[in-house]
Amino acid sequence: MKPAAFDYVRAESVAEALAVLGQEGSDARILAGGMSFMAMLNMRLARPKVLVDIMRVEPLARLEVGKGALKIGAGVRQARLLAFDGLESGAPLIAKALPFTGHAQTRSRGTVCGSIAHADPSAELPLCLVTLRGHVHLKSARAGRKVAAEDFFTGMMATAKADDEMIEAVSFPTPKGEGTAFREIARRHGDFAIVACAALVSDNGIRLGVGGVADMPVARDIPLLDGSALDDALNALAWELDARDDVHASARYRRELVRRIGRSTIEEAKRCRA
Amino acid sequence: MPRLSADARHTVRFILNGREVKGQASPRTLLSDFLRHQIGATGTHVGCEHGVCGACTVDVDGMLTRACMTLAVQVEGCAVRTVEGLAPAPDRLSVLQAAFRRHHALQCGFCTAGILMSLDVFLKAVPDPDEEAVRDLLSGHLCRCTGYTPIVRAALEAAAELREVQGETTHA
Amino acid sequence: MLDMPQDKAGEWVGRAIERVEDAALLSGGGRYLDDLGVKPGTLHMAILRAPHAHADIVSIDPAAAKALPGVAAVLTGADVAKLTTSLVVGVKAPVECWPMAVDRVRFVGEPVALVVAEDRYVAEDALDLIEVAYEMRPAVVDPLAAMEDGAPLLHHGFPRNIASDRSFRYGDPEAEFAQAAHRIAISVRYPRNSCTPIETYGLVAEYDPHEDAYDVLANFQGPFSIHAVISRALKVPGNRLRLRTPRDSGGSFGIKQGIFPYIVLGAVAARVAGRPVKWIEDRLEHLMASVSATNRATTLTAAVTPEGRITALDWDQVEDCGAHLRAPEPATLYRMHGNLTGAYDIKNLAVRNRVVVTNKCPTGLNRGFGGPQVYLALERLMQRIAVELRLDPLEVIRRNLIPADAFPYRTASGALLDSGDYQKTLEVGLEAGRLDELLARRDKARAAGRIYGIGYAAAVEPSVSNMGYIATVLTPAERRKAGPKNGAQATATVAIDPVGSVSVHVASVPQGQGHRTVLSQVVADVLGLQPSDIRVNAEMDTAKDAWSIASGNYASRFAAAVAGAAKMAADRIAARLACVAAAQLNVPAEDVMFAGGKIAARSNPANAVPFSRVAALSHWAPAQLPEGVAPTIRETVFWTPPELAAADEGDHINSSLCHGFIFDYCGIEIDRDTGEIRIDHYVTAHDCGTILHPGMVDGQIRGGFAHALGASLLEEYAYGEDGSFLTGTFADYLVPTAMEVPEPVIVHTETPSPFTPLGAKGVGEGNCMSTPACLANAVADALGITDVRLPLVPSGVAALIHGAEPPAPAGARAKPAPAPTGKGERLMRGGGRARVGAAPEAVWAMLLDPDTLAAIIPGAHDVRKVSDTKFTADVTLGIGPVKGRYKAQVSLSDLDPPKAVTLSGKVDGNLGFGGGSGRITLAPEGGGGTELSYTYEAFVGGKVASVGGRLLDGAAKVIIGQFFAALARKASSGKGTKSGLVSRLLARLSSLLGRDAR
Ligand SMILES: Cc1cc2nc3c(=O)[nH]c(=O)nc-3n(C[C@@H](O)[C@H](O)[C@H](O)COP(=O)(O)OP(=O)(O)OC[C@H]3O[C@@H](n4cnc5c(N)ncnc54)[C@H](O)[C@@H]3O)c2cc1C
Ligand code: FES
Ligand code: FES
Repeated sequence: MKPAAFDYVRAESVAEALAVLGQEGSDARILAGGMSFMAMLNMRLARPKVLVDIMRVEPLARLEVGKGALKIGAGVRQARLLAFDGLESGAPLIAKALPFTGHAQTRSRGTVCGSIAHADPSAELPLCLVTLRGHVHLKSARAGRKVAAEDFFTGMMATAKADDEMIEAVSFPTPKGEGTAFREIARRHGDFAIVACAALVSDNGIRLGVGGVADMPVARDIPLLDGSALDDALNALAWELDARDDVHASARYRRELVRRIGRSTIEEAKRCRA
Repeated sequence: MPRLSADARHTVRFILNGREVKGQASPRTLLSDFLRHQIGATGTHVGCEHGVCGACTVDVDGMLTRACMTLAVQVEGCAVRTVEGLAPAPDRLSVLQAAFRRHHALQCGFCTAGILMSLDVFLKAVPDPDEEAVRDLLSGHLCRCTGYTPIVRAALEAAAELREVQGETTHA
Repeated sequence: MLDMPQDKAGEWVGRAIERVEDAALLSGGGRYLDDLGVKPGTLHMAILRAPHAHADIVSIDPAAAKALPGVAAVLTGADVAKLTTSLVVGVKAPVECWPMAVDRVRFVGEPVALVVAEDRYVAEDALDLIEVAYEMRPAVVDPLAAMEDGAPLLHHGFPRNIASDRSFRYGDPEAEFAQAAHRIAISVRYPRNSCTPIETYGLVAEYDPHEDAYDVLANFQGPFSIHAVISRALKVPGNRLRLRTPRDSGGSFGIKQGIFPYIVLGAVAARVAGRPVKWIEDRLEHLMASVSATNRATTLTAAVTPEGRITALDWDQVEDCGAHLRAPEPATLYRMHGNLTGAYDIKNLAVRNRVVVTNKCPTGLNRGFGGPQVYLALERLMQRIAVELRLDPLEVIRRNLIPADAFPYRTASGALLDSGDYQKTLEVGLEAGRLDELLARRDKARAAGRIYGIGYAAAVEPSVSNMGYIATVLTPAERRKAGPKNGAQATATVAIDPVGSVSVHVASVPQGQGHRTVLSQVVADVLGLQPSDIRVNAEMDTAKDAWSIASGNYASRFAAAVAGAAKMAADRIAARLACVAAAQLNVPAEDVMFAGGKIAARSNPANAVPFSRVAALSHWAPAQLPEGVAPTIRETVFWTPPELAAADEGDHINSSLCHGFIFDYCGIEIDRDTGEIRIDHYVTAHDCGTILHPGMVDGQIRGGFAHALGASLLEEYAYGEDGSFLTGTFADYLVPTAMEVPEPVIVHTETPSPFTPLGAKGVGEGNCMSTPACLANAVADALGITDVRLPLVPSGVAALIHGAEPPAPAGARAKPAPAPTGKGERLMRGGGRARVGAAPEAVWAMLLDPDTLAAIIPGAHDVRKVSDTKFTADVTLGIGPVKGRYKAQVSLSDLDPPKAVTLSGKVDGNLGFGGGSGRITLAPEGGGGTELSYTYEAFVGGKVASVGGRLLDGAAKVIIGQFFAALARKASSGKGTKSGLVSRLLARLSSLLGRDAR
């Protein structure tokens, strides 16, 4: 279980990294925290020709709250975000969700943007990004663009990012008084979610994000419902997400969790707002 | 911008347990293999090579790091700490190590190096953890022998002892 | 006594002293196999493994791999077979068992070729270059299905896949069943799991052509009966296979017995390469192809009196040993043969044991070894009896327990239970664990509408296996022919060097159980020294050490047998030293005592000589030894208990020497929403005889409990119905972490064994036997169910409590629920329809056009037409970073122009394989259009199926699925499937026809 051979580039600037991506296209891959990608390399599921290590590019390590958004550079590791003073106020949902992302030993290296780029449908950070209507800041040697979260994820580990682009940063809008809640059911502590639910409740309604069920995180706006009307809305969502069976859980179970955990997450978000 | 070719071996220099060392690595050489077989620091173990078991956990620049999920070339210029650097002297044990021995917190000892490194880094940041926090930290490691309880006990006792030592030195 | 047993004063034995092993292990100074360094020039081995559960090997082309710089040799199964003989098969049958597949593969992960190269990285590069063509066969994974008519056959020598079918009868079971007031039965399935040590297999092998001798260093654990299996396979006498083990082992729990086929491979590789060869198994290899516990299907029936007394048991066990019946299997099934009545006094017993082979990894030793399988059935039955007779389950246990005054007790099938007071252990456990409070907690929880249950389990834990039990699989006549097998030779050597310091050597191969510490305590007590005065070596070297077939570390034999043998060796030396000292002290030998590093006169302790002085005499001045006293330099003891006789003509077998007792109970709560099980309270009461080291006994119990918890709630080696292996990473095979393992309440009683030198019994495996049954009983109690499937995954438990599912709302964008396939998880099925604005004839012509095909195969380059209905292509498929190249074969069949055609395909690549077929039907539609409808079935397998689970979250599967998703998924199914065949087909049709296709 050893990786196939590749060249290694220790990028010293964003421009250098982008130049390699521009030249090599899909044969080049960004190496960030390596917490997902190295496993794929070791198993030879991925065989890039060149790896571009971006973790020494200082400007990418920016982490700031401003202009209504929490902006997180590609060099920011999950542990740093979790310890960030402005997290609780800037993104309370992430403060609740991030402890579920892996373990202390993976958050210490794994980056926020790496998790978004990896686009695992069970991952917490992509779910937060979609639920909060965040943005992905993409950059290539040619141009930069800003993509809304819901347009960024296109399927299982598939995104709108082109081969010559990298994620420079992601941004999450800062809260406007919503109640937030996050719940996750996994086989073990720190495992990828079987189902994860993120809820935002405001006067305008409920926004519920669901991870682990469809082939990408999905968020839906639901009117401020209660009782059986809310159950019906959750049931509709549960069926819509086209759950699959796998070794860890049946499709039926996943739908059941969307109904039940979805509901308790929404209720918790309501309480949180109160 | 250094680009290291796949076909060649490259010199990697870094600080290991406070001393400068160097060795030869291909871009694809894993830090775990490099430490063990190039540098000769075999105390760091390998149990899965996909980031789950935690046996290979080391400290790189203060960050807990899975050596199996890190390339040797990535630690160029970094300060790496491994289990070999924990004891104050070759024939002595650190507070944490001694607590492990007292509590029988190891049996085969294969998972132990990684767990010690995690606790070593953790207890510096969280000197007074409760049991839940210790268990949460330990969830990044698999131990097949102990059932974990002795490890939790050793960690909590070492934390208490370290706080005492800390208190003495700060009050002195 | 609660929790950690207390130290005993005075002696070293019985005290939880710090372990001598630990300082090195805590400082990075371990000496595990991979730490030891190798000779310059040593090569590294990597193994190519079968992606299929059952397939013929059509061809293997190693040319490209051999040509890779750095590669020294590539060997196939045929190459290996030339230099070896088949491994010993566990029963008498015309069946071969090769360490590397020859002609046919029978489980996912079976070795197919090996590479030796300058390093492991290059060796793996070369694996990628080996081309193997397979012809797939149907596979069978379920042991009951394997015995059915028409099931795929694995080995011709095992008709109906049955390797052994034996029936036994003890007492008069028929009569008891005929007159029984109640007949109560239960069927259970014990799943496949493994204790997965954190250190994987490893070996370094060398061959000396001049002496035709092999030298292998491996983290093998014994039993050393396997040494004979290996030397036979390598075609050398035993004295030309030197097998050594390193000082430290990173855990085994039985599993490292299973390294032996790889020892054969490594040895042959070294011979061919002409250089030493090293191999470290990686975790993916370990999970898919090391060994696992057997899975077993059991139906157990009891004849029961109205009071709940069991008068007879009838066992029907079907043991699944996987693809090959490697020695020592079917030992898992027979290890418990003497103990099929558990802790109960049941005189009549009928047994049918069948051993079957299936397309799964071969099985071997694993902690608990047969016990978990037996007790899950037996203790679930006890609970069923209570439910059916409306009795308290605890009462049913009590009424059947063997009376305390009945020991030593001979069980119906021949075990001689050495000692115990089960009633006392049970009562002590109930008291210390506060059953009364637990019962009240259950009442309260239930009153509040929560789901709460209590479970009990009682188990006899056998230890120190009789090497003869395995012969019970043979008929008495076959046994007579095969010659006698019995006993449990334990070996220990105590030696004194010229300065009088003491060394101990045992042939035991510890894997973390602190043997060196315990032996130093045992010998220190005998010789009046400190444990730190004694140096213990537990490395094994078959060329130099005293050993026998039973040597090794398994069947919890250390404390009971090996430590006992060390005591006997020390006693013998001490007796001679006493004579030497007596002469010097001028007292009779009986008056000599050993204490405080001195040998002294008991009557006058001031009359003493230093121990080392007396001890060294045999070296420096042997002539000074008193008349008739042999030298005290070295004493080796081989000890085998006389109680371990061979099976008799009536198939009675005392399968083990000692029998500990465990009584467990627990309270669990089930989350109504998630089906998650929370262990509220767990109590485990043990009697393992004399406790030699309380800390280690405690550690064994906790470790065993954690394993059992994993087996009960989390761990399973899951296979698809087609034999694909689904849990190939530690993110899919779920080992409990510190967050999942609760703290059990541990209680001890001590009834020394009269049969072992120190009174000790084994303790390492008991909870693996009792805990799964105990938790299953608690869940049965909580949910009021009969059929409890392990592991108790939340998804499965939830299905039992959630009732009917709310239907999909009408009009919602609901997708059809995937049709239940009943064929395992990796089969994808679906279908759909679309309208095309062209007549069926035009569409038909299009379908048969290779250009169309070229356009619709995703990622295809280089489409070649082999015949009118056969095409090949190279395709590159990928999702995100996961990308692979595959060879694709596509064919059209069942042509019914212009109405229907079947499109089938197969893709094969390094990441795995996939395939499937779709039936496309064309029907004319008003307005000259066509309605095109289709159904498809697709599957994926190989590496992507094994490792693509949780860690990669199915992504890898999708890559291959893509091809057939592309071949068939509905055109309208959203972003992810835009490249689906139908949408491409429609696009193509519309562009060709210049008309609208919707
Ligand atoms: C034991 C274990 C448990 C885990 N559990 C969870 C969990 O519960 N939840 C969870 O969400 N994750 C989990 N993870 C994965 C998580 O730790 C990873 O950190 C995260 O998914 C990837 O971040 P990274 O920085 O490590 O990215 P890498 O692994 O370096 O990269 C991942 C992918 O993203 C690409 N990439 C990275 N950064 C960029 C960028 N800036 N621009 C473009 N492409 C980029 C890479 O090329 C690669 O394809 C777990 C991992 C492990 C080992
Ligand atoms: S070896 Fe690195 S986490 Fe297991
Ligand atoms: S001590 Fe053996 S795995 Fe932890």
